[in-house]
Amino acid sequence: MNIKLLHRKTLSFLALFIAFGLIIGCSSDKDKSTDSDDLITIDSLEIDEQLIKDVKTVKEIFYSLPSPLETAMILKQAGAKYNEELLNPTDNTSKYVTNKSMALNLGIYTTDLSYASLFDQTQATINYMNAAKKMAEGLGILNAIDEAIIERLEANINNRDVIMDIISETIMTSSSFFEENDRQALSTIVLVGGWIEGLHIATNLVGADVDFNNNELVNRIIDQKLTLSTVISLLDENSDNEDVQMVMVNVNELKKIFDKIEITSSKIEPVIDEETNVTTLKSQTTVSMSPATYNELKEKVKVIRSNYIL
Amino acid sequence: MKRIYQTLIILTILALIPLYGNAQCKSFAKKVCKLELTPYIHDGNYNAAVLTEGEDAELYKTFYAGQNYRIYICGSDALPDIEFQVLDVSRNVLYDNRKNDYSRLWDFKLESSQQLIISLRVKNNEEESDELISGCVAIMFGIKDEMD
Repeated sequence: MNIKLLHRKTLSFLALFIAFGLIIGCSSDKDKSTDSDDLITIDSLEIDEQLIKDVKTVKEIFYSLPSPLETAMILKQAGAKYNEELLNPTDNTSKYVTNKSMALNLGIYTTDLSYASLFDQTQATINYMNAAKKMAEGLGILNAIDEAIIERLEANINNRDVIMDIISETIMTSSSFFEENDRQALSTIVLVGGWIEGLHIATNLVGADVDFNNNELVNRIIDQKLTLSTVISLLDENSDNEDVQMVMVNVNELKKIFDKIEITSSKIEPVIDEETNVTTLKSQTTVSMSPATYNELKEKVKVIRSNYIL
Repeated sequence: MKRIYQTLIILTILALIPLYGNAQCKSFAKKVCKLELTPYIHDGNYNAAVLTEGEDAELYKTFYAGQNYRIYICGSDALPDIEFQVLDVSRNVLYDNRKNDYSRLWDFKLESSQQLIISLRVKNNEEESDELISGCVAIMFGIKDEMD
């Protein structure tokens, strides 16, 4: 790994140059401000100050959504069963011709791929890898899933660890490709597609007669309220993109429903197991969701997902 | 005229540095960092940036009950130590690697799902130097499949 060495004098010069630019820029903005800009509430002033403070002090801020692989692992850990009928048929790939639909369905197919592989569905794993490959190629992601990867997958089709490693690598290649090519908006849409697919699978695997107060799958669905704020932050970062704006409309519809769910958590206490060196974050959470809210959420996810898979 | 050319060349180089840094970062994360997650499986997400000594970064993520996680803060060897903390949403410190000899990995699990903040900072170089050191820093997450 090469290390970039920057002379302090050069940096000082650049800092002065940038500071000068900022002073000019800020003066111009001030001139453009309207009277209504002055009529801000105390709350928004506090938020703005906090935002400015954060921007000044933290160089990089990342918002991380569960990857398709993590989503599938969460589902399995929560007791989900395999149901291929819930997945987006691979025949649908020819329907996706826009960047938005290919990005959404890259996320959806990668979640389906991860779900199938975790349940040792060998043929489905190969089929969904090929479907994801078509989406990646359509988006111009070079070498994300090439023939060598498909061959490696087929050669190790009964070795789940290798398969998961291959899936993890393809997800990373795609997300880093978008990052390097300044296409973060598409990367965000891929993740939202995968997240919606996870919600779709989970909500369809919860039986009608389930005990809402004692079901791990229901708990993981409720937990998506926590992830939702990260989804919104990530979309906000790319809100100048038209496709992101359309996805944002769907996410805001989901937010209205998630707002009806209450989650309260006690203080977290870290406890270390000296033998394994694994820390357990101990805390108690209480949640409140009515069956009506759950049904509303399930229906909304169904509508959004139907629009995504076309 | 010569000065204009020189300025243009410098500006071009400055514009290309982030692109070069990103490509280097990806390769570094893939070839070096991923290995450190074993036996956990990399979740596939790519969170990396070129940071200079004294700079910091934060990552927001929800971690789920029942999962086993490994966080690995992967930095170029030439960088000074990297401080990292795990905070809850109220910014209470749950883990601080300064109390653990600047360890770059932390294994944990949760009783209930939580949104956590990973906060990191590249320390300033303690040796007197005319140059600032920059390098790739990646925040990697490993998960463990323990169902079978």
